Amino acid sequence: MPKDTRIKKVLVIGSGPIIIGQAAEFDYAGTQACKALKEEGIEVILINSNPATIMTDKFIADKVYIEPLTIEVIKDLIIKEKPDSILPTLGGQNALNLAMSLADEGFLEEQHVRTIGTSTQTIKLAEDRLEFKKLMENIQEPCAQSKIVTNVEAAIDFANEIGYPVVVRPAYTLGGTGGGIAHDSMALHDICGNGLRLSRVGQCLIERCISGWKEIEYEVMRDGSGNCITVCNMENLDPVGVHTGDSIVVAPSQTLSDKEYQMLRTSALKIITALDIQGGCNVQYALNPSSFEYCVIEVNPRVSRSSALASKATGYPIAKLAAKIALGYCLDEIINQITGQTYASYEPALDYIVCKIPKWPFDKFADASRDLGTQMKATGEVMSISNNFEGALMKAIRSLEQNLDYLYLDELTTIKDDELKNKLNEVSDLRLFVIAESLRRQISIDDIHAITKIDRWFLDKIAHLIEVEERLKRGPLDLELLKTAKHMQFLDEVIAKLSGQSCQTIQHLKQQYGICAAYKMVDTCAAEFEASTPYFYSVYNRVNEVSSISHKKKILVLGSGPIRIGQGIEFDYCSVHCVWALKKAGYETIVVNNNPETVSTDFDIADRLYFEPLTKEDVRNIVELEKPEGAIVQFGGQTAIKLVHALEEMGVRILGTTADAIDAAEDRERFDALLEECGIQRPQGHTVYTVEEALAAARQLGYPVLIRPSYVLGGAGMEIALNDQDIEKYIKIINHQYQEHPILIDQYLSGKEVEVDAICDEKGILIPGIMEHIERAGVHSGDSISVYPPQSIDAAVQEKIIDYTQRLSKAMHVIGLINIQFILYAQEVYVIEVNPRSSRTIPYISKVTDLPVVDIATNVIMGKSIEAQGYTYGLYPTKKTVAVKMPVFSFEKIKGAEISLGPEMKSTGEVLGISTEFDEAIYKAFLGTGLELPKHKNMICTIQDASKEEFLPIAKQFYSFGYHLYATQGTYEFLRQHGLLVSLVNRISAEENTIYDLILEDKIDLIINIPSRNNTARDGFLIRRFAVESGVSTFTSLDTAKALITSMEKHHVKKLNLIDITKLD
Amino acid sequence: MKAYLILENGDSFEGISIGAKREVVSELVFNTSMSGYLEILTDPSYAGQSVIMTYPLIGNYGVCLEDQESSSVFTEGLIVSELSRIGSNFRTEMDLDTYLKLNDIPGIAGVDTRHLAKVIRQKGCLNGMITTQKYENIQEVLPQIKAYKVEHVVEKVTSDSIHTISSGNKKIALYDFGAKRNIAEHLIKRGYEVIVVPASTPAKKVIAMNVDGILLSNGPGDPSECTEIIGEIKQLIKSGIPIFGICLGHQLMALAQGFKTEKLKYGHHGANHPVKNLINGHVYISTQNHNYVIKESSIDASIAKVWFMNVNDQTIEGLKYHGQPIQTVQFHPEACAGPQDTEFLFDEFTKMIEERR
Repeated sequence: MPKDTRIKKVLVIGSGPIIIGQAAEFDYAGTQACKALKEEGIEVILINSNPATIMTDKFIADKVYIEPLTIEVIKDLIIKEKPDSILPTLGGQNALNLAMSLADEGFLEEQHVRTIGTSTQTIKLAEDRLEFKKLMENIQEPCAQSKIVTNVEAAIDFANEIGYPVVVRPAYTLGGTGGGIAHDSMALHDICGNGLRLSRVGQCLIERCISGWKEIEYEVMRDGSGNCITVCNMENLDPVGVHTGDSIVVAPSQTLSDKEYQMLRTSALKIITALDIQGGCNVQYALNPSSFEYCVIEVNPRVSRSSALASKATGYPIAKLAAKIALGYCLDEIINQITGQTYASYEPALDYIVCKIPKWPFDKFADASRDLGTQMKATGEVMSISNNFEGALMKAIRSLEQNLDYLYLDELTTIKDDELKNKLNEVSDLRLFVIAESLRRQISIDDIHAITKIDRWFLDKIAHLIEVEERLKRGPLDLELLKTAKHMQFLDEVIAKLSGQSCQTIQHLKQQYGICAAYKMVDTCAAEFEASTPYFYSVYNRVNEVSSISHKKKILVLGSGPIRIGQGIEFDYCSVHCVWALKKAGYETIVVNNNPETVSTDFDIADRLYFEPLTKEDVRNIVELEKPEGAIVQFGGQTAIKLVHALEEMGVRILGTTADAIDAAEDRERFDALLEECGIQRPQGHTVYTVEEALAAARQLGYPVLIRPSYVLGGAGMEIALNDQDIEKYIKIINHQYQEHPILIDQYLSGKEVEVDAICDEKGILIPGIMEHIERAGVHSGDSISVYPPQSIDAAVQEKIIDYTQRLSKAMHVIGLINIQFILYAQEVYVIEVNPRSSRTIPYISKVTDLPVVDIATNVIMGKSIEAQGYTYGLYPTKKTVAVKMPVFSFEKIKGAEISLGPEMKSTGEVLGISTEFDEAIYKAFLGTGLELPKHKNMICTIQDASKEEFLPIAKQFYSFGYHLYATQGTYEFLRQHGLLVSLVNRISAEENTIYDLILEDKIDLIINIPSRNNTARDGFLIRRFAVESGVSTFTSLDTAKALITSMEKHHVKKLNLIDITKLD
Repeated sequence: MKAYLILENGDSFEGISIGAKREVVSELVFNTSMSGYLEILTDPSYAGQSVIMTYPLIGNYGVCLEDQESSSVFTEGLIVSELSRIGSNFRTEMDLDTYLKLNDIPGIAGVDTRHLAKVIRQKGCLNGMITTQKYENIQEVLPQIKAYKVEHVVEKVTSDSIHTISSGNKKIALYDFGAKRNIAEHLIKRGYEVIVVPASTPAKKVIAMNVDGILLSNGPGDPSECTEIIGEIKQLIKSGIPIFGICLGHQLMALAQGFKTEKLKYGHHGANHPVKNLINGHVYISTQNHNYVIKESSIDASIAKVWFMNVNDQTIEGLKYHGQPIQTVQFHPEACAGPQDTEFLFDEFTKMIEERR
């Protein structure tokens, strides 16, 4: 079937901010899809509230709206732009839910907008538990025994009927939000009650628990004329019970015989045919490990995290093809881009194994539960490719950047055998290491299998790794052993450590034996057809097939690895733009990265893509083969920066800011000297090593103080200490984690934070814009609301900021990008942090100023001055547009995580609000974060004493806006005294009329909870957790609360003015 | 123990010996299937050939004997990147290495199978030797390797005698040129009496059995050397009995109808080949295992029309003969290993049988 010519103008809905369960994979999918549509001459209208994405770049779509993803906004947009079609299957669950609501209301029909790709009827059929189950029964595909319930009593009745444990799955939620496994009626009561509240339709599925079965997924494609193929299948190492997003996954399946493989493949094709899917789809199965019995767990009628993984694992561009299919094309009419000679109607043949491991945020939430279950907790993931499982696993582990290079976790070595065996029962992110430790202690594979239900094949592979470890320890390190260890991807450093040799000795031996990394191509067809995809992975003891010959100068661009809190999609955005700019300037680009979700690892971005871990050795191997002219490390976040010294040792020129300058920013003493030289002040501080020194320093500076380890950026491990006890407690923790480095103690200034990014060449700087934070200092910049242009900073101070930026960049010899954070305190400007690299704010500031920041910076790095590129030095003319970047959190997904904001970053993503006036911009940003207020106009306030005065006017604002205020004792009395009619609510420890009760009534819009800094009481923490888990917005900063009420007062009734960012004034 | 793979072009690779220790010379083909190694090993169409598995991890789920596609292993040797130490599956009866040893099949592990596939893709089919002996001078064995030819293999793999393997109201003669077990299974499943007849069975004997349909099976080797069989098929055509041909059976039918076959550079061996039904435009993913195809220019359009075509290289994948109850396909609707997308072709065959009555 050729293209449907009725389709001329298509609305694409993005997935919004990065949250757990919905990450960068949708930027990758959306970007690919938009490109595919434009390629066909379609006018693309894009809406996505996430400014950090490539897909919201003005040349990805014809019109780009960075607006909140709400029903009202999308309706207005449809009326404004009059698209003839809408493509809802590329923006994750969010986009799908929005499109479904519009369809249900009849709005799409009314506006003559067609849904293209998979139809709304199909989506409904796949997503509605009851209808799906009926369909599966009709086509005789088995589902686990289950029942849809709309109340807790029905759930308990059903569980009694089928027996515990049961799985609870709320309908229409992301990443399994609110789901769980209940082992008894009490647990079921809690989980189901919560799930019902979170479900968009108030439904939960109660299901027979099939945990322990193999979890297998198929990625399938189907076109409008009914041709279907499977792109690949994937096997979860973790059996059913752990969310697939939190599971270690391999592709293709490893332990399925062809009979099982084909049985499930046939079933998957039968299901997508019955559903009439037109595009990509994911089918998840549970397979009984001791029979041919299987159950369909779930179908996702859209592109997903799994489809991104499958695309990267096979080279088959699922999202792009889904877009082409939506336009009417058939699979056999679309050329396979990789071979250039075959068609999309084939199934990729892999001749390697792919391994994915999730990246969890437990390092950021020390108190959070590390248990894994049906609720996804990972923020990102890494993928590795190898020709053996051991190698793939080892590569993936080191790609996670958690200072673990092999299956060895120090803290497990001291625990007793029986305790270790008990630990095998805990399903957590550490399970892999517990298994490895168990095998080291001679606990048998059968025993481990009996407890974990992980297939023996995987356990045998892990055992093999342990055996090789033992052999390395025992020696002798002969040719055969060294070959085996390298084949299994042991790093030289690990081999050195285990064998008690030096790293140099290992490298020397490798040279002597001629052992070196070889690179193989990902070609979708196992070498059956000629391909020229520049997509490579490393192996050992095999023939290298990558020719490094090129007639262009080669530049190495290091990516930023997995998405994690503090280093998100923004850095991928920067890496991709850097590559594009380099290509445009005529260079050959080499990208190294290991994140399967992102745009940078799409094989058509760089000239050469190495899907590899970002460690010294892995990068060195690539450098030795490619011999690049130089490397750019500024755009890959801390992951790339960490490799600067290693690159220099390899003789690779660091392009742009030098390694020495980067050091200068990180070394406290050098940094202080620099500031002095520039005549710039920073909050007073000291470098200390012991508790005694720390206490002395803190008392000298005066509490509160900011305390943190040196050589750690992004606020990691940073705390505000209010007294001696805080200091003592902190030093104890920190010494455990970062022993070698000193500890920094700074004066804490509670002032206004301002942030600046600048492009610097040898002559001067270009500042795209100054950004002002809403929250006062003390909240991590990534968790603060950031406003461009500044609203409350006078011209003189702005001048001073520009001047300081200039002085610092010059003194540090920055070439490329710099990010500086300032505090304005008592009429003074202090510098608190300098990062000589790209930052989190680059994508958004590029978009709202319409200045291609990364492109300019890249050209500067390559030697073309700012002036020569046609720009003037200084502050770029300020736009009329006001843009507000607002953080988005995923607290509800991480049980036990403290949500109160502080110097350690906690947000997973961000949204942007754009308007010609500040209040509308911030209102839009609030809407974008999912805060659709007012609803019930009830709120709870519990405010620490020190902040009560400041809270009073805010409380009055809420009150006069019509809010009914509930307050805890102290706050209640205070507000009453000041004449506000508020109600008393008891703390949670009370018998009745507690905050819990209020929240449970489901009538509360928000909670303002300002905890006292040294609040050790669990009370506040429990309130916040309970609120978050019940879906009630909670603010822990008065600045945020004030911004909300002010914007709400002005805008909640007004129509929003939608802005196309491709045409900004 | 070390093993070596020596190619006829003089390339030599060192690996680890798996399976039997004996030396074997054979034609080399690569197969891109990611599962189904046992089905491949026991597929008689591989007679005279050693199989290079491009998927690097083989033997993971061990050996489930019921998955064998014939009574023994016809593949000459097995070449893999890595052989799993254990076979993990609820049906596993032994590990793959044990199975190879039991069946006296030599193999080699630890070689770069992707590289070998590329060599074959670039140079075309070639012969090789798997051995545990280290030849100091490879030149001395090259003539022996070069001289090897896959010849008269059908007679080696076909059954010895006519035998009935199921009961039913209607009878189908299954010409066994090296038939995979699943072909018969599909017919049995549909309620037919299946009579297996050796490749050398004269047409008149089969016609005299009063069968309702004839299935020409898959099998190994160059179809054009099977001149006697082709002669018999000409007789079968005249009988008017519905015929379904698979793989070699498809090629032999074409030769009997006066068309020609030619050798592909390196053949199709895998489970991911798209074939398009030119009548309704539908595309299916199929299992394939053949080095020869029907020469497109030799097809007389007045006798047959192209039914299926390979989407990748546009080679002929199926023919329907005008005015005759004869349909043939180059690929494997019986799957095993591979996708089950085209199983419906057995229904079309039985429909042809029903309609004739």
